Amino acid sequence: MAKEKKGVRLEHISKIYKDPKTGKDFYAVKDQNLEIEPGSFVTLLGPSGCGKTTTLRMIAGFESPDEGEIYLGGEPINALTPNKRDTAMVFQSYALLPHYNIFDNVAYGLKLRKMDSETIKKKVTDILSLVGLEGMENRMTNQLSGGQQQRVALARALVIEPGVLLFDEPLSNLDAKLRVSMRTEIRRIQQEAGITAVYVTHDQSEAMAISDKVIIMNKGIVEQVATPQEAYYYPNSKFVADFIGECNFLKAKVTGQDMVEIDGAAVKCATGNLESGAECDVVLRPEGATLSDTGVIKGIVDYSCFMGAYQDYRIKVGESFVKIQEYNPKNKKIYKVGDTVYLGFEDNTLYAL
Amino acid sequence: MAKSQSASLDRKKLMADPIMVTTIVLLVVFLTIFILYPLAILLVDSFVSDDGLTLDTFKRVMALPNFRRAITNTLKVGFLVGIASSLIGLLFAYVEVYVKLRTKFMEGLFKVVSMLPVVSPPFVLSLSMIMLFGKAGIITRFLLHIYDNSVYGFWGIAIVQTLTFFPVCYMMLKGLLKNIDPSLEEAARDMGASRFKVFMTVTLPLILPGLGNAFLVTFIESIADFANPMIIGGSYDTLATTIYLQITGAYDKQGAAAMAVVLLAITLLMFVIQKYYLEAKSTATLSGKASRERMLITDKSVTVPLTILCSGLAIFVIIMYICVPFGAMFRTWGYDFHLTFKWFGQVFTKYKGFKAFKDSFILSLISAPITALLSMIISYLVVKRKFKAKGFIEAVSMLAMAVPGTVLGIGYIRGFSGGLFGSGFLQGLYGTGAILVIVFVVRSLPTGTRSGISALRQIDKSIEESAYDMGADSFKVFMTVTLPLIKDSFLSGFVTSFVRSITAISAIILLVTPSYLLITVQINEFAEKGAYGIACAFATILIIITYTAVLLMNIFMKYFGTSRKVNIED
Repeated sequence: MAKEKKGVRLEHISKIYKDPKTGKDFYAVKDQNLEIEPGSFVTLLGPSGCGKTTTLRMIAGFESPDEGEIYLGGEPINALTPNKRDTAMVFQSYALLPHYNIFDNVAYGLKLRKMDSETIKKKVTDILSLVGLEGMENRMTNQLSGGQQQRVALARALVIEPGVLLFDEPLSNLDAKLRVSMRTEIRRIQQEAGITAVYVTHDQSEAMAISDKVIIMNKGIVEQVATPQEAYYYPNSKFVADFIGECNFLKAKVTGQDMVEIDGAAVKCATGNLESGAECDVVLRPEGATLSDTGVIKGIVDYSCFMGAYQDYRIKVGESFVKIQEYNPKNKKIYKVGDTVYLGFEDNTLYAL
Repeated sequence: MAKSQSASLDRKKLMADPIMVTTIVLLVVFLTIFILYPLAILLVDSFVSDDGLTLDTFKRVMALPNFRRAITNTLKVGFLVGIASSLIGLLFAYVEVYVKLRTKFMEGLFKVVSMLPVVSPPFVLSLSMIMLFGKAGIITRFLLHIYDNSVYGFWGIAIVQTLTFFPVCYMMLKGLLKNIDPSLEEAARDMGASRFKVFMTVTLPLILPGLGNAFLVTFIESIADFANPMIIGGSYDTLATTIYLQITGAYDKQGAAAMAVVLLAITLLMFVIQKYYLEAKSTATLSGKASRERMLITDKSVTVPLTILCSGLAIFVIIMYICVPFGAMFRTWGYDFHLTFKWFGQVFTKYKGFKAFKDSFILSLISAPITALLSMIISYLVVKRKFKAKGFIEAVSMLAMAVPGTVLGIGYIRGFSGGLFGSGFLQGLYGTGAILVIVFVVRSLPTGTRSGISALRQIDKSIEESAYDMGADSFKVFMTVTLPLIKDSFLSGFVTSFVRSITAISAIILLVTPSYLLITVQINEFAEKGAYGIACAFATILIIITYTAVLLMNIFMKYFGTSRKVNIED
């Protein structure tokens, strides 16, 4: 539907803010280089204050970068005001115009583009049916539920057929169940419209579910750009490993190619470029370990709790604790607090940093 | 770290928006010429003489015994009125928020009291004070048979000003008390504190900054007040009246300028303390919303005395207002109580009443939309936009709040009678209706801007950003989003400015020329002459006009306002 898919390129982008408390300048975003492919769905992911929203607002034009240049479809856009940029944003608070009905809200951008009323009517009707709001044209915004308001905000952004669609934590005001169904919906609509999308969230499961690529940010710096799978299985830093999913770090020593020693036991583990003899942290996802009565790494059950889908354990290994989730606990042996257990690892689940 | 690139980009983006740039430039020019420049001229007048910088003018006016007396008089009145008004305001606020008012009648009384300062011309209470307690006063002469009671002087001014200003304190403190979370007080009660103890150890400390704020606001109002001391002051001169007499009686423009600087210095100091210290503090301690409804006090030993006290005061104030139309209808106040319409007749036949109302009405009606629009634009720029001159615009338009009308009036005389800097440029303005309109605008701008700013702060920033993002430029955003959303604030700014203008006197009395007759100036003149019948007739019609304006506004807002239909807060 979009007239032209546009890519976004950020070259050495930095944004400096003044800390209101100390009065000192700091980098909200530092030397960011990004290439967002046309038609892809990319998520900026990170904890609050990591610079993801600032990045998005710089692409939209609400903030100006202090260093570097932003390109939209190959054109530098630093000096353009938001109204002159081929972007459309879906806001966290939806930001619908409360004095207009749904139709006028969606038609707002089209009217500014001086389209005739016939075209406007057709486009608005089409887009409302795409987002599943047929026949709601005359409702006022406060007569809609949160999810419906979100769809209007999406329709309003889509209807002007922007080169890039920007999302600023659009689902954070919805309840948990709706959040899950809306993110699938957003993904479907983006695919159907075939539009480039940049999405900001702090919710890693949302980012995984929705994106072609995630950009994990921390303190203004891009930690990793990867597909959700890569980021989960091959995080390139402890921060990423910890932020995407749950994770344990096991102290280990590289003993050879793809071999490490944990707590005196030799274990198979992807070691990447780490040299033999190096100290490292092995990333262990809670679902990546199994518990049994025999094995190499010995521990004592410190906590054991039935969670439905899995049995949640905390195992004391040496001086540290390891979180383990054993799925489908009905068919497995349940260990109690104080039991002695042995940890085993499935192949290809460990990754050394 | 260099922020230069974002600054230059922001500048480029701003420049891409010519309407916005023009608006900002025009605003800066307007505020500079009509607020800063007249005040600066006063400083120049009083500090600069032929042989350079000098304190001679100040030494000269400080040597005048009546000026020195005026300073102490003004401060004495200001302190008393400030304290009394905030205490009475607190009483009313406390009773409304904490005590169960059983009757519709009491609720009505409170509502009337809160409306009064909005619709009342400034000198109405002085008039009725004289008519109730003066030599020919109904209460003093006929009920108490005191034939030589004098209401003129310190107590007259203090009482009248307290009654005029306490409703403002009441409204301010009501807002604060409502924001106190009831569970704080319940927790104290729960731990065994008596109601009085709770008030002294929890409620009072929480609203103390707010109380100080109310005191200072009233203090500034009191020392800037011109109309009441003029009518009921007698020989007890305050700064505002002394300055007025210095220029109209002694023709000492330089001396008046120096006196105006002294008055301005006092109000500015108080304003700075109020604005930047107390206001921030009073809202900081009470930012939270009340978590739930407060259990109202129903204990008779508390409710009965408080109710009696409040209703007594309220009824007294209302009687004072009612006194005015009756004053206009008795044949001779204090002697002949036959009803007559001759005063109203005379207003229109003998004293060009029609022209006075027309002039006042038209000038106020012209200035009202200008003020309303201007204050909405200023609020929009201040709240929603980022640009260099923003701090200047906000500070200067708020500064106007601290400038007493008399000071502004003198500044305009000195600044514009010979054109800008005596160059003759803009001289044509002086003595015209245009300069009166400008004074009206400048005098009402701070209130309008303040209400606009608080209305806009309630609107989620991203609503405007979304429109901007959709492709609207600043002008479009303002017209299609901002203005419709603050329609109520615009409308109330319009009416408030209209009412303030039509009841204004302090600055205007110095600038009005014989070609314009203004109602307030007429009232002042007749009241000074002792022609209370005529003064009351003028005042009655004025109250009717202002009350109708406010009534129309409320009706309009009820049916066309935004707040009913729209949930602006996200």
